[in-house]
Amino acid sequence: MKTYENQQSKELRAGMGEGLVEAGKQNENVVALTADVKGSVKMDGFAKAFPERFVQCGIAEANMCGIAAGMSLCGKVPFIGGFAEFVTGRIYDQIRQVVAYSNKNVKICGSHAGISLGEDGATHQTMEDIGLMKALPNMTVLVPCDFNQAKQATIAAAKHEGPVYLRLGRSKMPNFTEENATFEIGKAQMLNEGKDVTIFACGHLVWEALEAAKALEAEGINAEVINIHTIKPLDKEAIIASAKKTGAVVTCEEHLINNGLGDSVAQVLAMNCPTPMEYVAVDDKFGESGTPDEMLTNYGLRAKDIVAKVHAVLKRK
Amino acid sequence: MKTTKELQVIATQVRRDILRMTTNAKSGHPGGSMGTADWMTAMQFNIMKHDPKNFTMEGNGQDMLFVSQGHITPVIYSTMARVGYFPVEELKTFRLFGTRLQGHPSTEHKLPGIRMASGSLGQGMSVGIGAALGKKMTGDDTLVYTLHGDGELQEGQIWEAAMFAGAKGIDNLISTIDFNNQQIDGTTEQVMNLGSLRSKFESFLWTVVEIEDGNDMQKVLDGMEKAKSLTGKGKPVCVILKTQMGYGVDFMQDTNKYHGAVLSADDLQKALPQLGETELGDF
Repeated sequence: MKTYENQQSKELRAGMGEGLVEAGKQNENVVALTADVKGSVKMDGFAKAFPERFVQCGIAEANMCGIAAGMSLCGKVPFIGGFAEFVTGRIYDQIRQVVAYSNKNVKICGSHAGISLGEDGATHQTMEDIGLMKALPNMTVLVPCDFNQAKQATIAAAKHEGPVYLRLGRSKMPNFTEENATFEIGKAQMLNEGKDVTIFACGHLVWEALEAAKALEAEGINAEVINIHTIKPLDKEAIIASAKKTGAVVTCEEHLINNGLGDSVAQVLAMNCPTPMEYVAVDDKFGESGTPDEMLTNYGLRAKDIVAKVHAVLKRK
Repeated sequence: MKTTKELQVIATQVRRDILRMTTNAKSGHPGGSMGTADWMTAMQFNIMKHDPKNFTMEGNGQDMLFVSQGHITPVIYSTMARVGYFPVEELKTFRLFGTRLQGHPSTEHKLPGIRMASGSLGQGMSVGIGAALGKKMTGDDTLVYTLHGDGELQEGQIWEAAMFAGAKGIDNLISTIDFNNQQIDGTTEQVMNLGSLRSKFESFLWTVVEIEDGNDMQKVLDGMEKAKSLTGKGKPVCVILKTQMGYGVDFMQDTNKYHGAVLSADDLQKALPQLGETELGDF
């Protein structure tokens, strides 16, 4: 099987920050806005490189969203950065009206997403954001899997015309994809070809899925691992083709079980090729304080949990 | 540029349009539309620098207007049609299936003149600030206008935006408050007393202009010209526009009954003679 090495663990939000500077160099219309969390969401590099294109909005995410939509009218490509919960759930109606429904070229960068945020606790650990954002017509939803991919996804988002939600974690996580790989929005990424079961994963859980595939290989189970870095538009063809090939599916995400990647995959399978399927996700409950490692382990989001779900789905094949 | 007299005639026709559109659609918001008909007419025909026949989303070199209380589409659409954004006869499609004249403003239906959806209240000032910043960044010295209901000021986002605009000196922005003291559940005083709007905005570092009678065309023109003269001086400008909801028809005034309720066919026939006919003609 194809092996991946962790080059050096890094934060995905920092990948976004580097990507934003690069996007700013490529296009002078790229602007960045934040709500008093410039350093936390790694927009400080952009603010230093392009001070005249950076807007500090203070602690007022709703206003920031409207300002971004207004700026987009003048040809600007605004990136708004904040904690994922506060730039999605807190301002859902603002995003709905002036970004999604009005179809404006605004990019929403949600950092600190998911339960691996850790110590801050459940108020800040959004696990509903993928569902909220994918529910909106016109919205593209990107969930890159590591630092390198977060950087490339940011550059791709700047080039894409239309609303984008970019989901990013806070904590250092394995960085294992190719440094300058092209990020193609809407195209699933085949990481390991297999024949017995397909593991569809997004975000931080892609690394866990690769670790699970290694363990399964030792048991003689040949797992296909596909990174669904674009939740919407979903690469339905890739999902159907792989499900038909392996006949068993496990989805993995750092999100609640409702409305996330798993539900998107389940919809495609139910309508096209009903296939036994299991979810690795958080089961309809809020998180709590603890280290990122403790969170992923205690909420069932580790490679061993994926292996267990693979065993379960194979029995139903 | 139109004369004051000509604008008054247009505003009368706009009021006829508002009542006929809403009764025809059997839905809509005539009250606030009637109250702001003079201001909207003045804006579209005299105050704003814009080119209705050549609308672009970017609006380079043109003033922009964002009506934050999107429910007053009858007056928005009537004045837009009368100034030339789209054919007047299209007003008859208001709120009907397949129309570009959606119940609340929409960009999805590609109506020239609409740059942003509104309807969910409290968002237009933020959008206006963004457009004003965009214009500053692109070296465009035209102005951005926003319009808000007084009840709408109860939305918290308005004050996020007001704080930003004052603190950052967004001085190419003029935000007008339609102060009619009416909202759905009663008078604004009863529902949530706004206190002194002047002192509120001044303490948020805005310059404030008051128009004592927003249903007097000359006073509207004078007040808005004064507001324009105060732009470019380091502060955003707030206009407090005192109007009467339902202005022009006696039984529609001094009540919030017609905020979101339309006239029956019989009542329409009682109302139209009070306005009188104009040489512009109905749609």
